[in-house]
Amino acid sequence: MNLTLRVWRQAGPDAPGRFETYQATDISEHSSFLEMLDNVNEGLIEVGEEPIEFMHDCREGICGTCGIMINGQAHGPAQSTATCQLHMRSFSDGDELVLEPWRASGFPIIKDLVVDRAAFDRIIEEGGYITVDTASAPDANLIPIPKETADFAMDAAACIGCGACVAACPNGAAQLFTAAKIAHLNVLPQGQAERYQRTEGMVDVMEEYFGSCTNMGECEAACPKGISIDFIATMNKDYRKAKSQNRRSS
Amino acid sequence: MATKVSERGGASAPAKRSPFLVELYRSALGKKYVMAITGIIFMGYVLAHMFGNLKLYQSAAEFNAYAEFLGTILYPIAPDGAVLNVLRVMLLGALILHVTAAFQLTQMNRNARPDSYRSKRDFVAADFAARTMRWTGVIVLLFIGYHLADFTFGWVNPAAEGATLYEKVIASFSNPAIAGFYLVANLALGLHLYHGVWSLFQSMGWNNRRFNHWRRYLAVAFTVVVVGGNLSFPIAVQVGLIS
Ligand code: SF4
Ligand code: FES
Repeated sequence: MNLTLRVWRQAGPDAPGRFETYQATDISEHSSFLEMLDNVNEGLIEVGEEPIEFMHDCREGICGTCGIMINGQAHGPAQSTATCQLHMRSFSDGDELVLEPWRASGFPIIKDLVVDRAAFDRIIEEGGYITVDTASAPDANLIPIPKETADFAMDAAACIGCGACVAACPNGAAQLFTAAKIAHLNVLPQGQAERYQRTEGMVDVMEEYFGSCTNMGECEAACPKGISIDFIATMNKDYRKAKSQNRRSS
Repeated sequence: MATKVSERGGASAPAKRSPFLVELYRSALGKKYVMAITGIIFMGYVLAHMFGNLKLYQSAAEFNAYAEFLGTILYPIAPDGAVLNVLRVMLLGALILHVTAAFQLTQMNRNARPDSYRSKRDFVAADFAARTMRWTGVIVLLFIGYHLADFTFGWVNPAAEGATLYEKVIASFSNPAIAGFYLVANLALGLHLYHGVWSLFQSMGWNNRRFNHWRRYLAVAFTVVVVGGNLSFPIAVQVGLIS
């Protein structure tokens, strides 16, 4: 199949950007979206042009590195699919695809389609961990956890930190990511020690970098892992509890 | 480096203590609680307002007596008009909070994406009501101003001096332009309610997988009842059902 790409090119963080048009020719519908871009890049390198920079690593939907705004949708049109798992069969011959980087002030552009998502690390640093005794490895299954709780935590833990939720959110809010990361640890017995510090700290840092949620649900639709906005509600409830708990104990 | 949207103390800031509610309000989540709670107050108000106005269909005397009664709630325990005025002040306070929080949150969200997408967004989940909250909110706010000037203060009401409230309503709604404005404003109110009623459950964190789908049903039912009632009044006057 043949496609026309309009790709956002930007030489550096402060350089002005613009769309450039490229032809992607003879693309197999079985190839992945990133393979298609590899193909285009090979062509660019052959004629001595700068290849298109884009983010990728595992290419199997588990690392959260990839992410492109494709035709106005984060990770493209397929549901619960990261850009790397998107196949060209999702498109038709002759389609025009517009590719843009994630846009949010928390995700400054580094180059072309590559953004800096260090703000997510700042949120994680604030409480996305648990304290464990590292001297001797604890026995597995030492702490009984009800199946329902484990499932809930796993659903939240599925978040790969790709940032599509922020990219898709009309408000540039990072609620879905933060809520998933908080919920994942807050429901488990191992997460109780830092529970309230975590909730308040992570929300506060999130608000320093990102926008505020207006419950549109666009994040959930874009999320490659199908993280539910129910987690956001849970975080909203936890936050005021955390605020009052932390205040009492400080 | 990612630019910060806002700089607030956060959890680790040295504590110069402000009252708990003030501290809570500093966070965006706290502002959302304010949006939700004041929203609930308005829901109670618009429902009662619509319901009371159904007296327009009974008779002019009933309607006027009802308006009279609102001023004398709890009289003589409370002074004449006291309860009504307390309610008015509460509503005004809630309105100020709701609008201020909305304004501040909007500002924050603008800062969170100063550089917008160049290509057209293809929204999947964000419906028209959700994306137009700011605009429907402004329309409703302007409408409230007009509505008060029309019936509460009577400044812009076309009826003659000394007219009863019922006569004022008929005078206003007989004018196609005014009736039209009421219709548009109430449709905007409908959109605002439809997203707001659902949204407040999320903001407050009132969720439970068993009843989550009911939040949408409630939003639809509430909107249909309130807006349906409200729309019926100018229409009834226009078609001559009440006069
Ligand atoms: S919540 Fe979903 S969209 Fe957001 S970072 Fe995690 S995996 Fe990506
Ligand atoms: S490259 Fe790892 S999730 Fe896409």
